[in-house]
Amino acid sequence: MAERTIAYRVRGPLDELTRARIRELTREPEAVFWVFVFPIVLAAILGLAFRSQPPEALPVAVVTGPHADARRAALSSGSDLEVSVLSEREAAQALARGRVVLVVSAGDTPSYAYDPTQPESRAARLAVDAALQRSAGRADAFTAGRDEVTEPGARYVDFLVPGLLGMNLMGTGMWGIGFSLVVARNGNLLKRLVAAPVRRSHLLGAQLTSRLIFLIPEAGALLLFAYFALGVPLRGSLLLLIGISLLGALAFSGLGLLTAARPRTIEGVSGIMNLVMVPMWIFSGIFFSTERFPASMQPFVQALPLTALNDALRGVMLEGTGLVPLLPEIALLAAWGAVSFVLALKIFRWQ
Amino acid sequence: MTTGENTQAPAPTSALSCKGLVKRYGDVAAVSGLDLAVRYGECFGLLGPNGAGKTTAVEIFEGLRVPDAGEVEVLGGRWRGDGVALRARLGIQLQETKFPDKLRVSEVVTLFRSFYPRGLAVEDVLSLVGLEEKAGAHVRTLSGGQKQRLSLGCALVGDPELLFLDEPTTGLDPQSRRQTWEIVEGLKTRGRTVLLTTHYMEEAARLCDRVAVVDHGKVIALGTPRELIASLGAEHVVEFAVGDGASATIEDSILRALPSVEDVARDGGSWRLTVREVHRAVPALLTALAEQGAEPTALSTHHATLEDVFMTLTGRRLRDG
Ligand SMILES: Nc1ncnc2c1ncn2[C@@H]1O[C@H](COP(=O)(O)OP(=O)(O)OP(=O)(O)O)[C@@H](O)[C@H]1O
Ligand SMILES: [Mg+2]
Repeated sequence: MAERTIAYRVRGPLDELTRARIRELTREPEAVFWVFVFPIVLAAILGLAFRSQPPEALPVAVVTGPHADARRAALSSGSDLEVSVLSEREAAQALARGRVVLVVSAGDTPSYAYDPTQPESRAARLAVDAALQRSAGRADAFTAGRDEVTEPGARYVDFLVPGLLGMNLMGTGMWGIGFSLVVARNGNLLKRLVAAPVRRSHLLGAQLTSRLIFLIPEAGALLLFAYFALGVPLRGSLLLLIGISLLGALAFSGLGLLTAARPRTIEGVSGIMNLVMVPMWIFSGIFFSTERFPASMQPFVQALPLTALNDALRGVMLEGTGLVPLLPEIALLAAWGAVSFVLALKIFRWQ
Repeated sequence: MTTGENTQAPAPTSALSCKGLVKRYGDVAAVSGLDLAVRYGECFGLLGPNGAGKTTAVEIFEGLRVPDAGEVEVLGGRWRGDGVALRARLGIQLQETKFPDKLRVSEVVTLFRSFYPRGLAVEDVLSLVGLEEKAGAHVRTLSGGQKQRLSLGCALVGDPELLFLDEPTTGLDPQSRRQTWEIVEGLKTRGRTVLLTTHYMEEAARLCDRVAVVDHGKVIALGTPRELIASLGAEHVVEFAVGDGASATIEDSILRALPSVEDVARDGGSWRLTVREVHRAVPALLTALAEQGAEPTALSTHHATLEDVFMTLTGRRLRDG
């Protein structure tokens, strides 16, 4: 072997800073797991757990008594109900524990014990009442035709995937930027960089650039998996989906920069990050629709950047919404990003 | 835009100067009225104990902290904005820097090289600080001394006109320490200016053309190492201790009257005598102790050092333990 004289290639500062950041991230197995693997695993598991299943019979109980057998026969004629005959005490217990969703009393004129706040209980009441009335002689005025549809795009996993993408864009943007800045500040690296002849815009620009480069495999892996393995549709424009993801990544990078603008310790920044992110995990419609929250909370829920991002992603993927109807969401995201970015630069602690 | 390059102005006489520098943290005056002038091409040392204010002062020079009062001029310029143009001519080693664990040594040096418009080749820096073997190693796997040398490498990579080294050899083994000294001496022969802080007097004595002894944020002595030691008025130090019972009977005045003794300092049951000639002072001391009925439990002599200068000035040791 000849004398080794490796000549190292030196690129421009922004280029080298970005490369350093990407190397750091890809050499961190935990980061790779949380960014790339975790969302796919979560989508797969939740998709499996909430897969569309043949409708299950609703469990109901009939209280023992002179009418018990006749009622059981009447209720068992269809496939919608699963009937058991129980003593009054057992029946009450079964209802309380959720093993049955409705109890038919023993009296000559039956009464139904059920929980009207539960959709299954309400459905059971309708089915039980119709069956008992029919067996008591009521004739159906007509028999409606049935047309059963289970559409791709209306399944839970379809709802879930855009939410997971939004959650991931938030997490990577905030942790990816916030964590590395605070570690650098804590170890005097930020101060050492400031002491070098490098522009601060390059230092922060490299953070953003590496974040956006990371977006490609990160969003790509989840979306490809969802599209090909789970059959999640993309009804709108791919370009718009990419644009919205980009905007979301930038907006949360701005928020990440803001949360990391002052803290000197990892504990400090973790606390602030959780304070910012936990409400969005809950309120921004990742796992369930934001419509479940009461109207009084909607102004708050709708003002959150992750709500806007999730709504926009769902709009493009599931409903094929175009750019114009999504402008309010896009504007809200851009505003969050811009305001936090400017604020972060104002209060940033460089050492 | 910020620049320190005054091309038209007459060449400044000092590479670095400061006047009336003050920096307080709450009740603590980390730097309280510091005046210094470092000449071009000299190696200037700030010598002082922990908490003397060395790092605070150096970081003010480096434009990383803003003084409460006073003025700093670096290579003829002042700190304004981010000072990128001025920084391109400086090399800076902070007292402690944690480089990213997951980066390789060569990647860190390359990163820093990319900031400077001109400078040394990455491979030359690696061999200069003795890290060629570790070029491909992750920072995480380096020893403390190797990390320190990486930090020195990053300070050298821009081939600076003025180099700041904040305790460059703390934590290094003797061999790496000597290596660092040789690097600094090499810079001196190339006409570079170096400002270093240290609490190793042998380091200051070997490397520095001039030394400022700093305590409580002030310069308490300034000169070449030789001048400072000469200021003691004697070249040797005799230290001795006596048993507890006897110590009370020994008067400082008796010791002061001994031949060739210039100064006496007492610390409990032990004494430090600054003496001109050991061969005259020690026999007389032993006789005097015998007359007082005191048996010495320890006795040693050494050539006076900067440490003795510091102790004479403050009554304290430079380094604890
Ligand atoms: N950022 C700060 N906040 C509060 N106090 C500080 C800060 N920086 C320095 N000090 C205080 O100022 C004094 C001088 O500190 P400095 O770090 O300059 O000392 P030093 O001479 O470099 O010490 P060492 O040899 O231990 O590095 C100390 O009392 C220190 O506690
Ligand atoms: Mg210090």
